[in-house]
Amino acid sequence: MPLLDVRDLSVVFNRRGTKPVTAVDGVSFTVEPGQTVGLVGESGCGKSVTSLAIMGLLPRRGNKVTGEVRFDDTDLLKLRPQDLRDWRGRDIGMIFQDPLSSLNPVLPLGIQVAEVLERHQGRTRQAALREARGLLDAVGIPDPQRRLKDYPHQLSGGMRQRALIAIALACKPRLLIADEPTTALDVTIQAQILTLLKELVDDSGTALVMITHDLGVVAGLCDTVNVLYAGKVVERAYRHHLFAEPRHPYTDGLLQSVPRLDVDRGRRLHQIRGSVSDNIPWPEGCAFAPRCDRVIDDCIGSVVPLEPTFRGGALRCANPVPLEVPA
Amino acid sequence: MVRVILRRLIQLVVTLIALTTLVFFWLRSLPGGPVDALLGERATPQTRELLTRALGYDQPIWVQYGRFLKNVVTGNFGNSIRTGEPVTDVISRAFPATVELSVAAIIIAVGLGVPLGYLAARHRGRLLDNTTIIVTLVGISIPIFFLGYLLKDWLTQGLHIFPPSGRISTGMDNTDVTGFFVLDGLLTRELDASADALWHLVLPALTLATIPLAIIIRITRASVLDVLDEDYIRTADAKGLRNPTIRKRHVLRNALLPVVTIIGLQTGALLAGAVLTEKVYNWGGLGTLITDSIGGSRDYPVLQALILLAAAVFVVVNLVVDLSYAIIDPRVRVR
Repeated sequence: MPLLDVRDLSVVFNRRGTKPVTAVDGVSFTVEPGQTVGLVGESGCGKSVTSLAIMGLLPRRGNKVTGEVRFDDTDLLKLRPQDLRDWRGRDIGMIFQDPLSSLNPVLPLGIQVAEVLERHQGRTRQAALREARGLLDAVGIPDPQRRLKDYPHQLSGGMRQRALIAIALACKPRLLIADEPTTALDVTIQAQILTLLKELVDDSGTALVMITHDLGVVAGLCDTVNVLYAGKVVERAYRHHLFAEPRHPYTDGLLQSVPRLDVDRGRRLHQIRGSVSDNIPWPEGCAFAPRCDRVIDDCIGSVVPLEPTFRGGALRCANPVPLEVPA
Repeated sequence: MVRVILRRLIQLVVTLIALTTLVFFWLRSLPGGPVDALLGERATPQTRELLTRALGYDQPIWVQYGRFLKNVVTGNFGNSIRTGEPVTDVISRAFPATVELSVAAIIIAVGLGVPLGYLAARHRGRLLDNTTIIVTLVGISIPIFFLGYLLKDWLTQGLHIFPPSGRISTGMDNTDVTGFFVLDGLLTRELDASADALWHLVLPALTLATIPLAIIIRITRASVLDVLDEDYIRTADAKGLRNPTIRKRHVLRNALLPVVTIIGLQTGALLAGAVLTEKVYNWGGLGTLITDSIGGSRDYPVLQALILLAAAVFVVVNLVVDLSYAIIDPRVRVR
């Protein structure tokens, strides 16, 4: 049984005075215990909203969330808000994109780590702070005893993200959701944080949902990858299959637009035409069709379904990139 | 932290020196000079000559300035023209009354303003929030003396709930220890006097508190709404913390920062409000002293001391505000 089973999750922003916007449109995916799953896509494809919807962190006003988020066979969307609070931080941890703004500026770091232990494991402040020291040590923060009393502005960007990871993993959750955890960091720090995350989830057996726009992050970390476009999963594949033989023209375009060292200098980098806003509504065809090089008649006019592939993945495309047939 | 305090103390001294200089030259720029101001128009040349020499106005201006500074530092402000008493006596009699009134007003403004602003923010866009916005707008717009008369007419003359004026009932035989009547009653165990003084305090304090209260409600509301949108509140939610913990530990403390600034600024404005409030309720404090010293014979020695006192209070209050800012916000401490 999967640890997390997201079924047909949809999020509609319905604010007064504006047209409803479907940010997440029937997304389904599963995460097995200990597995690392990537949600990939460009800005606005719905990947962050998906993660916030799973955690129940979307504002209740103006948002309509439908579908199922089964965690350990409990539908989190059906829980009362106060009951969901028992799960968050204890069974599911989350880390965010901007480590500075994600930490409370007026509280010492120690308390921000300790409070999650006090809340879920009934520790006293004293015991929780002792444990927090060990957690900061485990995420590679030097001199943790002193850092407990430090405030977020006294830490470097990388250390802040390490602290957030310590907070998210404090209660040894079974699932960690990382929403673009390295986007706000220097490239060198990015690598450190990714290595740390990988070590931590490997050691603890925590499952990880990695949300990113960075295919490099996916390549180094994820077991399976879900590529999102305009709120829908367009391709799902095991990492090796996805990188070796992308089937969806969008995935293919993304991969080709990554600069590579083994390609001749001076060759123009591939780019995908247009922007995310150039799309057609999913019920009337493929949202990617206006930007797609492989568009055919079948792409427009009818719903393009997500169909399983023989390699255990799934694909939503009427004219996929053909597999290379061995000679 | 110590450096912050030291720097602010130096600023305090500089501010006071600047103001003293201003007051000194103001007194000398009066039509006919301070002697005419003291004696009035009908004094004979002989008296004028006598006083000029007695006060040292025949000396060079820098000698006068030096002596003036020395007097200020030693707290010697001369005698009141109206009553002939030493200025320090006049002021130390009126000062506690105004402090008592202002402190009560601040307690009301902060004690009600922060919770009400918080509630409004949590009910954003709903009835409670909209009502609060309208009521606070009325609170800010209403002239303070008008509100004073309204409350006085309805709650004292009309309903006889509160006493109409004064700080304590006549015949209440209270012992004067600090000059703060409510506190005195508690110190000397004359609880009836304390209660009576408190009863007299309610309406003036409420009147004086109205504007700062309305402003604090609005600032708190806006500030809480800002903080609720912050990423670290989402982090707190992601930790599964309970709502009361999030509110107390994460929302309120951050939301209070702009409120603290406003409290400091409003405390300065309180003195201006006190002039009107004290007039309406016949409250024998600094406000009354200011109006009495300006009207009729200009009581320059008293006015001069009042100006310096007001400035000193303002600077000290802002020092306290800055320090509490540093306590709430660690980012301020390093600077």
